Amino acid sequence: MVATVPRARRSWAGWRFVGPFMAVFALVFLAPIAYSIYLSLFRTQLIGGTAFVGADNYLKALADPLFWSAFGNVAVFLVVQVPIMLFLALLVALAIDSGRLYGASFFRIAVFLPYAVPAVVATLMWAFMYGTRFGLVANLSDLLGVRLPDPLSADLILASLGNVVTWEFVGYNMLILYSALRVVNPSLYEAAEIDGASQFRIIVAIKLPALRGALLIATIFSIIGSFQLFNEPAILKNLAPNAITSSFTPNYYAYTLSFAGQQYNYSATVAIVMGVITMIIAYAVQLRGMRKEV
Amino acid sequence: MTITRRRALLAGAALSVSLIATACGSPGDGGQGAAPAQSTSATDQEAALNAGGTITVWAWEPTLKQVVTGFQAKYPKVKVNLVNAGTGDDQYTALQNAIKAGSGVPDVAQIEYYALPQFALSKSVTDLTPFGADKLEGTFTPGPWNSVRSGTGIYGLPMDSGPMALFYNKDVFDKHDIKVPETWEEYIEAARKLHKADPKAYITSDTGDAGFTTSMIWQAGGKPYQVDGTKVAIDFADEGTRKFTAAWQQLISEKLLAPINGWSDEWYKGLGDGTIATLVIGAWMPANFESGVKAASGKWRVAPMPQWESGGKATSENGGSSLAVPEASANKALAYAFMKYAGVDEGVQTRLDAGAFPATTAHLNAAEFKDKKFPYFGDQQVNQVLAEAAAQVVPGWSYLPYQVYANSVFNDSVGKAYISSTTLDDGLKAWQDASVKYGQEQGFSVQ
Amino acid sequence: MTATTRGPLVIRHRRPSPRRRRSVTLTVLTSIMLIYTLLPLAWLAINASKTQEGLLNSFGLWFDDDFALFSNIATAFSYDGGIFTRWLLNTLLYVVAGAGGATLLATIGGYGLAKFDFPGKTAVFAVVIGAVAVPGTALAVPTFLMFSSLGLTNTPWAVIIPSLVSPFGLYLMWTFAVDAVPREILESARMDGAREFQIFFRISLPLLAPGIVTVLLFTVVATWNNYFLPLIMLKDPGWYPLTLGLSAWNAQATTAGGEAIFNLVITGSLLTIVPLIVAFLLLQRYWQSGLAAGSVKE
Repeated sequence: MVATVPRARRSWAGWRFVGPFMAVFALVFLAPIAYSIYLSLFRTQLIGGTAFVGADNYLKALADPLFWSAFGNVAVFLVVQVPIMLFLALLVALAIDSGRLYGASFFRIAVFLPYAVPAVVATLMWAFMYGTRFGLVANLSDLLGVRLPDPLSADLILASLGNVVTWEFVGYNMLILYSALRVVNPSLYEAAEIDGASQFRIIVAIKLPALRGALLIATIFSIIGSFQLFNEPAILKNLAPNAITSSFTPNYYAYTLSFAGQQYNYSATVAIVMGVITMIIAYAVQLRGMRKEV
Repeated sequence: MTITRRRALLAGAALSVSLIATACGSPGDGGQGAAPAQSTSATDQEAALNAGGTITVWAWEPTLKQVVTGFQAKYPKVKVNLVNAGTGDDQYTALQNAIKAGSGVPDVAQIEYYALPQFALSKSVTDLTPFGADKLEGTFTPGPWNSVRSGTGIYGLPMDSGPMALFYNKDVFDKHDIKVPETWEEYIEAARKLHKADPKAYITSDTGDAGFTTSMIWQAGGKPYQVDGTKVAIDFADEGTRKFTAAWQQLISEKLLAPINGWSDEWYKGLGDGTIATLVIGAWMPANFESGVKAASGKWRVAPMPQWESGGKATSENGGSSLAVPEASANKALAYAFMKYAGVDEGVQTRLDAGAFPATTAHLNAAEFKDKKFPYFGDQQVNQVLAEAAAQVVPGWSYLPYQVYANSVFNDSVGKAYISSTTLDDGLKAWQDASVKYGQEQGFSVQ
Repeated sequence: MTATTRGPLVIRHRRPSPRRRRSVTLTVLTSIMLIYTLLPLAWLAINASKTQEGLLNSFGLWFDDDFALFSNIATAFSYDGGIFTRWLLNTLLYVVAGAGGATLLATIGGYGLAKFDFPGKTAVFAVVIGAVAVPGTALAVPTFLMFSSLGLTNTPWAVIIPSLVSPFGLYLMWTFAVDAVPREILESARMDGAREFQIFFRISLPLLAPGIVTVLLFTVVATWNNYFLPLIMLKDPGWYPLTLGLSAWNAQATTAGGEAIFNLVITGSLLTIVPLIVAFLLLQRYWQSGLAAGSVKE
C-alpha cells in the first residue's frame, strides 16, 4: 500500500493523523502484549511461587500436542470455512450492487443482521436449530423420514461451528465488499455497457479489480478471526460439552490455561506463539496481495 | 439493593464516576455508587468504610438479597453492598483477578465447597478460627462442615448444603408401573423398563458432569482424592469408584441416559414433560423445580438416594456454597459478623423462607422446617427426606486443592465415555492423568 | 453535501443513471441466502412472544396460543428493579463514546496511512497486524491488572478505552481512502495553501462517508455486543452492558434457587437487536448519498 502513494511528501505530517490511534492502541494492545511477553519468561506455581525460566515455556508450547491439535482445528477451519464465507459474501455483495434485485436494501440489512446477535442468544438459537430431539434437525428428520446425523457430534462439530461462523460473518464481509463496490464510478459501467460488455464481463473487468483491496483486508481479518476462534466454540460448548474440548482452538486453550488453570505464564506463551504464526501468515497474504496490486 | 447503593454513592463516589453518570443523562440512581468501594484504591475503600461501615459481598445466591435487607435493618449503621459478580467460575475468575491486582477484593465472597480448598491453599481466604468459627462445630451438618475445613483452618462458613436425594416424576413412574428404586440395581432396571415402554423417556439425563460424577463416587465410598497439605494422591480405580462406573457404564452403553445438557432450556423442558423421569441431585433443587418446571407441578416426589447395598443409608453432597472472607478484606470483623448472620443466625430463616436448604442442624431438625408441605410435590413433606439425607453423608471425602481446574477439563477426558466407545473407567483414568500432570506442574507432590 | 470543490478538480461526470431491469431469478437466488440468515432470527422473534412455560412446551418455529410479547417486554423492563433500562443506558454510553471514538480514530488514522508517507509507516502495519494477531483471551488478565493499577476497573472507562481501538476500522479506512480521495484534489488544495487538517475535514471527510458509515456500523455492533472484556473488567451489574446483563439472566437458570427466565433472556435479546436495526436503517442512506460524493461533484 505504500506503493500506492508515490508522490505524497515524506514528512512527519502523517503522524498527526495516525498518532491518536496509535497512542490508544499502545495502551490497549501493545502494553498488555509487552506484559505478556514478560510473563511468558516466568513460571508461577500454586506451590513454590514464581521463577524465571527463560524460553522453557516456548519450548513446551512447541512440543505441546494439545496446542498443535488446537492449531490443526483452526487450520482446517481456515482452509475450508474462510473461502466459502468470502465467496458467499462476494456473491451477495455483487447481487445487491447489481441493481437488479427487488428490495436490495432489505437484503442488505437482512444478511447483515446475524452479526448483531449477542452470543448468549446465539447459543439459545443454535441449540434450537441443531436440536435432534425437539429442534429443527428433529423436525427435518421427521419430515424427510430419515434420521439426520447429530450436528453436535464429534464428527460434525467443526462443520457445525463453521456454519455458525459463516452465518454470523457472511453479512459482515458482504458489507465490506459492498461498500468497496459503491466507490466504483458508475460511469465505468455505463461506458462498458455502451461498448456492449456483458454483466459477467463487467464483474470480471471492473468490479473484481475494484474489490481487490477490500478482499485483501477481509481475507487478512478472516485469517486472524479463524486463528482466534473462541466465542463460537465457547458458545457451542454448552451444547456439545464433550465434542468441544477445553483446548479445541488455540485461543480456547489459552483461555482455559489462564482462567481455569491460573497458568498465566503458559497461557501468555501460547498466545504469543499463536500471534507470531498468525502474523507471519497474514503478512504473507498481505505481501501477495500487494504484489498483485502493482 | 438500590437503597444501599445510593447511600454508597453519597458517601463517596469518585468524581469521574459521577461525571459519567451525569454525562450519559442517566439520573445516577443505581449501581454506580458501588464502584468506588470495590475497585478504586485502598485508601478510598477505607475512607468509605470509616464513613459508613460498608462491606462488599460477592454472591449470586438469590435469597441473600433479603438477608442483606434484614441485616441492615438490624444493624442500621452497617451497609452491605451485595454484588452479583457472576455465577460460579465467572466469579472465581473475578475474585482471583482482583486478588492478583490487589484491589477491588470483596469483604465476603460466595465460594462453592468444591472450589474452597483452592482459595484456602493459596491463603487467598482468611482462616476464620480467630473469629470464633471453631466454636461452631456441631452447628452445621458434617458434610458442609468438613468442606470448609482444611488442615487446622476453617476457611468459610457453610451457607447451604446439597445432600443428595432422588427426585422422581411420579406420574411417569405410575404410568409405566415402575417402583421407586431403592438400590442402584433397581434404578438401572427402572431405566430399562421405562425406556422400553416409552422410547422418548429416559430415567435421567447425563452428558458428563464433574460435580455429579464426583458426588456419585463419594456416595459409593470412593475416595479418589487424598489431600494432605501440598501432598496429593489421585486414584480413580478404588473400589467405590469401580462400583459407580460399573453401574453407570450400563446406563451409558445401553443408551438409557437422555443426551440433554443439564440446566439448558431443553433440560427444563424434559423435566416438565416426562422425558427426564428422575434427578439424583442436591437438596437445594426444590426451589429450582418450583420456579423452572412449573409445567410438572404436583407430579414430582422426593425419595432417598438409591443405595449400593440394600437397606443402606448413604448419601453425599452435591453442590452447595460457603461464604468466605478474602485475605485482602479490610474489614474482616464486620465481614465475619455478616456471614454469621447469614449462615448461623436470623439470616438462615430468611433464606429458608425463600426456598434455600440449610446447612445448620438446628434448622434441619426444626419441626416447622420438616413438617412443611410442598404443594409442588403433591403436599409431600420433602424436607423429611432431605434432612435425613443431610445426616447420612459419607465422611472422609475431599476435593483437590485445584478442583476448579480439574472440573474444567472433565469433559475433555471423561466426556469421551458419553460420545465414543471409551469406557467410563478409561475416561476417569485420563482425567486422573490430566489432574496429576497439572498438580505436578503447579508444584504439588502428586502420586 | 458539503463538498464544495472547484471546477478544475472534478474528474468524474454525472451521467443519467440508466434504470436497470430487475431480475426475478437473481432475487429468488439471493433469497436462499436470506432464509439462511433470517431463519434463526425468526426463531428469536417468534419465541420472544412466549411465556417461560410456552417456550418449553411449544414448537420453536411457530407461535404459542398465548401471545406474551408485550407482557414479556414489560417484565423485562421491570424485572429486578428495572435494571434492564440501566443496562440499555450503559450500552448506549459505551456505544456513543466507544464506537464514536473508534470510528473517529480509525478514520483519521486510515486517512493518514493512505495519503501520507511518513517515517515508520511500514512499521505501523506490522505492529498493528502483529498485535491483533495475538489471541485476546490471553491478554485479558494482563489488561485487567494494568487497568486495575490505573484504578479503571469496574468503571465505564474500562469498557470505553479498549473500544476506542478498531484495527479493522483502521485498515478499512486505509484501503478505502486510497481510492476514495483522489490525489489530484489533495495536491490542488495543498497548492492553494490549505492546511492538512483543513483539507481533511473540508474535502476528504465527505468523500470518505461510505467508508465511515461502514466502519461506524462495525464499531457500533462490536461495542454493542462487547462481552468478554466487560466480563473481566466490570463486577457491578449497575455498570453492565446489555450482553453481560442478559448473560447474567441466563445464568440464573443454572444456579441453586435461581429462577429460570429464558423468556426474558430471549425478549431482552430481541430488544437488544432492535436499536441496531434502527441504527442500520438510519445509516444506510449514507451509502447512497455518500457515494455520490465520491463520484459526482459539479
